[in-house]
Amino acid sequence: MKPYTFLDHTADVLFEAFGKTLDELFQNAAKALQESQFYLKTIDPIKTKKIRLKNKSVEMLLFGFLQELIFLKDAEQFVVRSCKVAIKETKKGKGFSLTASCLGDKLDLKKQSSKVDAKAITFHQFSVTKEKGVWKARVIVDI
Amino acid sequence: MEQQQKPDLWKQLKKVSDTAWEIPQSFKQGMRVPARIIGTEKLVKEMDPGVYDQVTNVATLPGIQKYALCMPDGHWGYGFPIGGVAAFDAEEGVISPGGVGFDINCGMRLVITNLTYKDVQPKIKQLVDTLFQRVPAGVGSTGFVKLTHSEFKDVISQGAKWAVEKGEDGCIKDADASKVTDKAIKRGFNQIGTLGSGNHYLEIQRVLPENIIDEETAKAWGIFPDQIVVMFHCGSRGFGHQVATDSLMKFLNVMESKYQIKILDRELACAPFQSPEGQEYFKAMKCGINMSFANRQVILHRIREVFSEIFKETPENLGIKQVYDVAHNTAKLEEYTVDGKKKKLIVHRKGATRSFGPGHSELIPIYEKYGQPVIIGGSMETGSYLLAGTKKAEEETFGSTAHGSGRTMSRNQAKHQWRGEQLQRDMEKRGIYVRTTTFSGLAEEAGGAYKDVDAVIMAAEEAGISRRVAKLVPMGNVKG
Repeated sequence: MKPYTFLDHTADVLFEAFGKTLDELFQNAAKALQESQFYLKTIDPIKTKKIRLKNKSVEMLLFGFLQELIFLKDAEQFVVRSCKVAIKETKKGKGFSLTASCLGDKLDLKKQSSKVDAKAITFHQFSVTKEKGVWKARVIVDI
Repeated sequence: MEQQQKPDLWKQLKKVSDTAWEIPQSFKQGMRVPARIIGTEKLVKEMDPGVYDQVTNVATLPGIQKYALCMPDGHWGYGFPIGGVAAFDAEEGVISPGGVGFDINCGMRLVITNLTYKDVQPKIKQLVDTLFQRVPAGVGSTGFVKLTHSEFKDVISQGAKWAVEKGEDGCIKDADASKVTDKAIKRGFNQIGTLGSGNHYLEIQRVLPENIIDEETAKAWGIFPDQIVVMFHCGSRGFGHQVATDSLMKFLNVMESKYQIKILDRELACAPFQSPEGQEYFKAMKCGINMSFANRQVILHRIREVFSEIFKETPENLGIKQVYDVAHNTAKLEEYTVDGKKKKLIVHRKGATRSFGPGHSELIPIYEKYGQPVIIGGSMETGSYLLAGTKKAEEETFGSTAHGSGRTMSRNQAKHQWRGEQLQRDMEKRGIYVRTTTFSGLAEEAGGAYKDVDAVIMAAEEAGISRRVAKLVPMGNVKG
């Protein structure tokens, strides 16, 4: 299983991320988003940020999580190299909660080698599915 | 959702004229109007299947008038296609953030100088290098203007007026800063005066004598042979992006449950224009419009400073003046005649430029005579255009025309085909000096990844929705 793969889209970034568990899917989707913007190896994993989110649906939880990584970059000038994600189903199966510990560094284009700025996660073709025991997310990033 | 095969799609198009092609309502269930693609047969045939799918999705939205349109530079986007135009009845129709795009008021500004090619050519490297230092670009770039959150709220209420402190174009009325989230402010308050990345850039261009097509209009707008002009492309940065995201989420929550609207793509989330949610987005979106105007105004200030320093003259003596500033991602209230009746419409343009013709009441006198200036950013290798709006655009395309040359190749493909470092060297040999924060980003913007800008602009002219004034060719480029 590849962690993620970039596919062709005329103007924006389209990727599919995979995971045997939801935790793994979210971690790989985060990596794909970050790799579309940076050469990941140039981000030192020396600082940590926590993200906590809740949502009724897994799809919207992933949407919110990826959007949060974009927010961290612009608002807090924090760029993420990798995340450790833990997702729990809340009591009575009414939704999901996420805790993510994100490793990265302060944004500094003299240190990090960048590619292209992510503006937003789009809803166009956005999906989270499970096929033959593997979770798959399809994401188009507006850049 | 997989895309349909193209040959089948092409067969379903009905030829309306040499430059207008219609997709009938029978194409897709739920279409309220036909879709219409503007372009020559060649351009329309070459458009990706995503365009067909997206423009017909737009045709299903409540209150849509006449037809869902796609301009000749159209290509697959998200929600609306890029190049998408749709007008909705202001009383019964919807407003959709997906019809504006995340980069609210992404647009172009054209600045003239009284310098000629001979003056600038020896200093082109110094100019581009200095602009590259002074106008921040690239991923997450922050500006040199330090503001508090409260000062930033003044910016988004007042637009470019904030930057020039006096009445000048560049402010949209009724922007309401109370309708935007703290998140949006946190993302954008430190980004004024930055280009961003992707296809954003700042370019020094040359007016070749043979490239002035309409001498009278060119002269009236201050364009002369061998002149040096500056064109730049950027938007509302993280602020606008967050306004759009926040509104989409809000619309998704109320669209079906409160307003019983069903859509084919969540990116087209919408609400009735007159609903509280619709009006809130409209007012927040206007803040995005103003952020972008202010952003471009501050960048213009930097351009003035840099030219002044290098040519040791005041900006006034260098004749540095803005010709016009066009937005190509907006929704605006405009009046049109539909079925013989005058109607207020909320016109969405996503990757399309307003193209008002001569005599339009919203234009100031200097532009009233010739139609409004339309600024088209081509690729960094091939050239850009200054056009004029037309009456026919007001009749046929809700006063809209193309916004650029339009991509034809994915970023992945472009990176496989070109290497940024080599491209930079090749361009320099051809007299285009380019600086970038990212070589992979540079490769993605190679001229070959775009449609032929001349063909796109000719198609718009043949369709009568804009006319050429001058073509502008690149000499130096700061790539975001």
